[in-house]
Amino acid sequence: MNGAQDLGGQMGFGPIELEDNEPNFHAKWEERAFAITLAMGGTGSWNIDTSRHARETLPPPIYLTSSYYEIWTRGLEKLCLDKELITEAELKTGHMAVPAKPIKQVLTADNVAAALAKGGPADRPEQQPARFKVGDKIRTKRMHPEGHTRLPRYARDTVGVIEAVHGVHVFPDTNAHGRGEQPTWLYGVLFKGTDIWGPDSDPGLTLRIDLWEPYLDLA
Amino acid sequence: MAHNHDHDHDHDHSELSEIELRVRALETLLTEKGYVDPPALDELIETYETKIGPKNGAQVVARAWSDPAYLERLRADATAAIAEFGFTGRQGEHMVVVENTANTHNMVVCTLCSCYPWTVLGLPPVWYKSAPYRSRAVRDPRGVLLEFGVSLPKDTEIRVWDSTAEIRYLVIPERPSGTGGWSEEQLAELVTRDCMIGTGLALQPSELEAAQ
Repeated sequence: MNGAQDLGGQMGFGPIELEDNEPNFHAKWEERAFAITLAMGGTGSWNIDTSRHARETLPPPIYLTSSYYEIWTRGLEKLCLDKELITEAELKTGHMAVPAKPIKQVLTADNVAAALAKGGPADRPEQQPARFKVGDKIRTKRMHPEGHTRLPRYARDTVGVIEAVHGVHVFPDTNAHGRGEQPTWLYGVLFKGTDIWGPDSDPGLTLRIDLWEPYLDLA
Repeated sequence: MAHNHDHDHDHDHSELSEIELRVRALETLLTEKGYVDPPALDELIETYETKIGPKNGAQVVARAWSDPAYLERLRADATAAIAEFGFTGRQGEHMVVVENTANTHNMVVCTLCSCYPWTVLGLPPVWYKSAPYRSRAVRDPRGVLLEFGVSLPKDTEIRVWDSTAEIRYLVIPERPSGTGGWSEEQLAELVTRDCMIGTGLALQPSELEAAQ
C-alpha cells in the first residue's frame, strides 16, 4: 500500500539524528513494548507480513510522528484486536474482562533462546522453475495495490537486471492478508540510479532490491 | 506526572506518559490473558541487551579479513558461515555479505520498515528506523554518508541495498592498512556497527588508539 511507511525517495525529513553510544532502549516502556511484541509474535497468532501490514496501515500523521516502538505498540494493539485476542474495552481498562482465546503456544523463558536461534526462515521448496535468470533485463510492474506489498513506489515501472536468484520465498502480498504463503521466486535486482531518479541521480549510484517474481516482467 | 523521564529527552511529557500508560495497559492485559509469560519478556530484553549485538558481526568481519577460506564460505553461504559462530535465527535467517572495495561502497537500508541483521548487529539504532535515513539513503547516499562523517572519493561507486525481503545484508568493510599480523580479536576492535551497515568505515589503528 502507498502508506507512510514507503519512505524511499521522499523529501523534507531533515538531517539524520545521530546519538553517540546509543542504548538499545531509551526508556523502560520501550523494553516492554519490544518484549511483548516479540512474545506475541511467538504465539503464532499472525505472521511477520501481517504484523508489518498492521504498522503500515497506521494513519500517516501517526506513523510519521511516532517513535518506532510506539509504532510497534500501536501495531500490536491492532493485531490483538483484529485476532479478537482482546477487546477495545479491555484495552481501555488494561485488564481482562472476557476469557482468553485459545492460542497456539506461549513463549516461555526457557524457550526464548531456542526460539530466537531458530527464527522463522522464509524459504520454501521449489514448485516450478524460475521465470528469470541472472542477467535477464526486467521491468518492474506499475502497480498500486491497496494491500501489503514489498515493491517500493520508487522502484515501480523501472528497468533493472536480475543479479541474484535467491530461491523460493513466502510471498508477503498474500501472506499478510491470510491468503496463504503462495511461495514464489525471489530475485536480487540491480537498478541504475539514473533509471530510478532520472538524469539528476548520482551517476555512481546503483540500487539492489529484493523482488518477487509477480512484481517483474521481462523488459 | 510521577513517571521517570530521565531517558526521554526526545519526547514531551504528555506524549511519554500516554505511551507509557498504553504499553503498561497492553502488557498487563496480555499477561492476565496468559498470552505472554513475564519471565520470557525479561529474558527477551536481557538477550538483546547482553548477548546479541554488533560484537557478533565484528567477529565475523575480523575472521573474513584474516582467513581467506572463511571469506570464501561467507561468499558461498553467509548464513552457514555465520552459524559457525553460533549466530543464527531471528532476523538473520537468510544472510548475504557484501564487500566494500577500493571502487565500491555498499550501504544497507530498509525503506519500507526496519529490516536489519539482528543476529550479527543486534537491534537497529533509532536513526536506521527513522524517516530521514530511510527516505534519503536510496536517493542521496553520498549526502547521507557525509552526515556520518564519511566522505568518499567522487568516483567511488555506491551500491545501496534496500532490504525489502527476508534477506539480510552484512557489509564487510575494507580492512584498514597497517593491520598486518593482527589477531582476529584485535581486528574486531576496528569493526564498528556503522561500518557493517555501510554508514561508516572500519576504524584506522590510529583512531583505535585515540579511542582508548
